[in-house]
Amino acid sequence: MNPAMASGPLLEVDDLNVRFHLRTGTVHAVRGLSFKLGRERLGIVGESGSGKSQTGRAILGLTPPPGEVTATTLRFDGVNLLTAPRKTLRSLRGGRMTMVMQDPKFSLNPVMTVGDQIVEAYQAHRKAGHAEAKDRALAMLEAVKIRDPGRVFSLFPHEVSGGMGQRAMIAMMLVTEPDLLIADEPTSALDVTVQLEVLRILDELVSERGMGLILISHDLKLVSSFCDRVLVMYGGKVMEELPARELQKARHPYTLGLLSCLPKLHSGTRPLPVLTRDPAWLR
Amino acid sequence: MMIDIDDLSVVFGIGRLRVTAVKNVSLHVREGQSFGLVGESGSGKSTVLRAICGLAPTSGGRISVDGKALTSPRRREFYKTVQMVFQDPYASLHPRHTVDYILNEPLAINGERDRENRILGALKDVGLGPAYRFRYPHQLSGGQRQRVAIARALILRPKVLLLDEPTSALDASVQAEILNLLDRLRAELRLTYVLVSHDLAVIAHLCDDLLVMQNGEVVEQTTAEALRSGGVATAYTRALIGAAEGFSRR
Repeated sequence: MNPAMASGPLLEVDDLNVRFHLRTGTVHAVRGLSFKLGRERLGIVGESGSGKSQTGRAILGLTPPPGEVTATTLRFDGVNLLTAPRKTLRSLRGGRMTMVMQDPKFSLNPVMTVGDQIVEAYQAHRKAGHAEAKDRALAMLEAVKIRDPGRVFSLFPHEVSGGMGQRAMIAMMLVTEPDLLIADEPTSALDVTVQLEVLRILDELVSERGMGLILISHDLKLVSSFCDRVLVMYGGKVMEELPARELQKARHPYTLGLLSCLPKLHSGTRPLPVLTRDPAWLR
Repeated sequence: MMIDIDDLSVVFGIGRLRVTAVKNVSLHVREGQSFGLVGESGSGKSTVLRAICGLAPTSGGRISVDGKALTSPRRREFYKTVQMVFQDPYASLHPRHTVDYILNEPLAINGERDRENRILGALKDVGLGPAYRFRYPHQLSGGQRQRVAIARALILRPKVLLLDEPTSALDASVQAEILNLLDRLRAELRLTYVLVSHDLAVIAHLCDDLLVMQNGEVVEQTTAEALRSGGVATAYTRALIGAAEGFSRR
């Protein structure tokens, strides 16, 4: 058993289903997903439409209408997220569990400075005066390796680069010292070299503070090089769960297909193997 | 040489807002070759491509295609020789035009004949059946849309395709299909490709020779073989190769 689990799991998900009831019928986005998370790094990997982002949103209670979330268990550190009053959920969300979104261009408030947004996030969850909140925000900007925190504090989102914006976003999500961080494609809008820098910052903060992390991504190789465990999703279902180190021992044809269809720098297979999807996977 | 670029510079804006997006870039592409431009965002790789087809202003240097120096604005013949495929098939197809209309438009502009068969032929080339002809883009998946964009580029039977990140908006499994399609089309139609991508593995898969760019300048010209064997000259290229390997804990 994973030592991280010893004190009881941080997050328990059992038979999670997300359905969207539309005029044209019901879309079953997540189908019976179950997992437990300790203070560890879990990767959720899948292609578009696999339900990976909807899983993250459902945990935080951010499923957009007309979505319907059902589960037998959805528990965060002993709190039943399905029945908890809204007030409890609001204090958890952004406080003890937070989410980093994909593109800083769209997820930061364009008419507020970066610093004010971090201050706002802090004050929403802690009783703190402006001066204290500002100190925390500056310290957090420094923790995400922004060289001149004082200057970046007073910049607007459009004045910072993508990598800088994503670090500001991470600073905002970590300033309340959450126990669980859900990162939904936190680096896909960034350049490869910046991508690794941002991941390194996330990695340090997560291990320093002993947080649980769910990293949602389409990039199987990146996730498996970063996380402890990987869930591979397709069509709303988990195809395979693997320790990240044993990626080469993957058995499921979907995981194998995802791995082999990538062009590789060191071998020029032509044509590339193409993934064939088996409808039986979804039964 | 199919494409010769000598000492190309592209400058946007004036005064305080002046940005030199491309500085003194030279490259030469043989007929039938697949040439790659790789770099991070802001490196000027896409701007080089846009300068070739007249979508970016050239403020210095010379470009010639098939031995002929380019005129500004480009002549109609130019677009029968050179066509472009853009990054995001969700943005590059008109949402209220059917596939048929999208493919017919370049033919109509250029007064081509036998449009019916040309449209069916182009659809067949990219692996879509005639059933897709009267669909709208929203009725197609991302991969099918990119196939339509490629069909639109091929319908005037160009010699050169400029590909600007043709697979980066697509899922991994769909990317494989599009890369295979591009490979097959180049062999069958004897096309010349200039491919822009931030993904070294994609460049190494499709191209033999490539240019690594950073901040509008050429870092080095190298080959896919050198990328594989690690025989690259600059630290920047080595850093890019390292980044493509994934995350590692120090």
